[in-house]
Amino acid sequence: MADEKLTQIYIMGKAYDVPVGVTIMDAMEYAGYRFIRGAGCRSGFCGACGTVYRREGEYRLEFVLACQEMVEEGMHLTQLPFTPAPRSDYTLSELDPSENVLLQHYPEVARCVSCNTCTKACPQEIEVMDYVQAALRGDLERVAELSFDCISCGLCAMRCPADIKHYHVAQMARRLHSVSDSPIPEHLKTRMGELESGAFRVELDELVSMDLDGLKAKYAKRVIEKEEVAT
Amino acid sequence: MGTLTYFPGCSLKDNAKRFEDAAFFVMEQLGSPLLELEKWTCCGTVYSLTSDDLMHQIAPVRNFVRAQQAGSDEIVALCAMCYNTLARTSQRINADEEERTKINAFMNKEPDYEGSVRVRHLLQVLRDNVGWATLTDKAVRSLEGLKVAAYYGCTLVRPDEVGIDDMEHPVVMADALEAVGAEPVTFPFEAECCGTYQIVDEPHLALEQSGRILRSAVRAGAHAIVTACPLCQHNLEQAVGALSEGGVEGIKNIQVVYFTELLAAALGADEGNLTPAVRDLLAACVPAEGGV
Repeated sequence: MADEKLTQIYIMGKAYDVPVGVTIMDAMEYAGYRFIRGAGCRSGFCGACGTVYRREGEYRLEFVLACQEMVEEGMHLTQLPFTPAPRSDYTLSELDPSENVLLQHYPEVARCVSCNTCTKACPQEIEVMDYVQAALRGDLERVAELSFDCISCGLCAMRCPADIKHYHVAQMARRLHSVSDSPIPEHLKTRMGELESGAFRVELDELVSMDLDGLKAKYAKRVIEKEEVAT
Repeated sequence: MGTLTYFPGCSLKDNAKRFEDAAFFVMEQLGSPLLELEKWTCCGTVYSLTSDDLMHQIAPVRNFVRAQQAGSDEIVALCAMCYNTLARTSQRINADEEERTKINAFMNKEPDYEGSVRVRHLLQVLRDNVGWATLTDKAVRSLEGLKVAAYYGCTLVRPDEVGIDDMEHPVVMADALEAVGAEPVTFPFEAECCGTYQIVDEPHLALEQSGRILRSAVRAGAHAIVTACPLCQHNLEQAVGALSEGGVEGIKNIQVVYFTELLAAALGADEGNLTPAVRDLLAACVPAEGGV
């Protein structure tokens, strides 16, 4: 594509000419990066491709998902695909969903000074600080509601001056809230029944018995999202 | 007076829920319901005395911004510690344009704090806006015969610039209780420190402080010691337990309750919504059903 329009971006400080109008992830692959980790669903759901960038001439850092954000001229970027934040060990059925349960497992929540840096780092535009504040007062329902769109990219925890593990706290709250305060949804009961009665056993056995080449061929032919047919 | 913009604070959603529940009832009865800020954060807990550390003023300021967004220039607090922290930050940041500019610059893309939100404690609202006569008029259950030790602690009355009453001899809570028929006792430890968060690391210190306050209230003949702070309440409750176990006479009969609980009882809260402590106290009142 000789007439392809290119734009210059900086990946970890090195300049690359990449096509206009592609995502950061595609641009990085165009520049020669090959993702073994740090790429997953490529659809903005898995949280594997957390990325930080700065626009030319700006002082402020911006936080996005590489698979969702388009490149811009003069972007300085790097991926932060993993956050080494510790997660508390617990057995859900043994927890008492009382007001202090989140604080017992994540006491650093109490260090929140409401700076809101986490909220500004969230590529999902979640009100992260507000759910941390709800966690501080033991409001599991509010934490669960506010954090519902969290994809656990970990950028909030990477930015927090109080070293709070926001996304792990929120996950724990959602789990507690769903087992203690929410009815089990019908569709989940139906699906669990199907699984228990062996509904997908044949397909699973087929996969297990396939050789590597067969698996690779099947993977290459997989349908990720069914094309929407215009009506 | 209309609706009041109410800041709860974390404890009021947790171990001090009854403090808040009773306040909601009281203000509903008085025609000025409390409307909770839709979004609020921790008050900051303890006011930061460091002059160059503005980060610890952010939490209170953020609540002012949210009051401002809700169209209100006043926040009413119930918890004495929240009141203190919020009121001191409000005074400081409202008066200091340079600090306000710094904080707004830090908050960056968020709405600026304009510097006009003030903070009051519910007791101030009752005294200055509702008035004791109205409280007396609206009371349907007499607290006559009930001897109460109104306990203020530190943060409602100190430092002077945010104190809601005289820092040595405050009367505002006693006046509120007297307005609904209770009999305030005079006890010299009304504004002593309860031991605050020393209860966590040095519990003996807090229990010694709170124990002294309790013994003074008991000596004054009080049926109840009445608080406006979840931490004072907690420490005094702990001290009742510790002193009773230690065999100190008369201690186990005294109840520790929030002032809103007694006001709610006086304003006609259903028996079922009263805590056992308050029901016990009503039993100590002279029977005078049907009005004060």
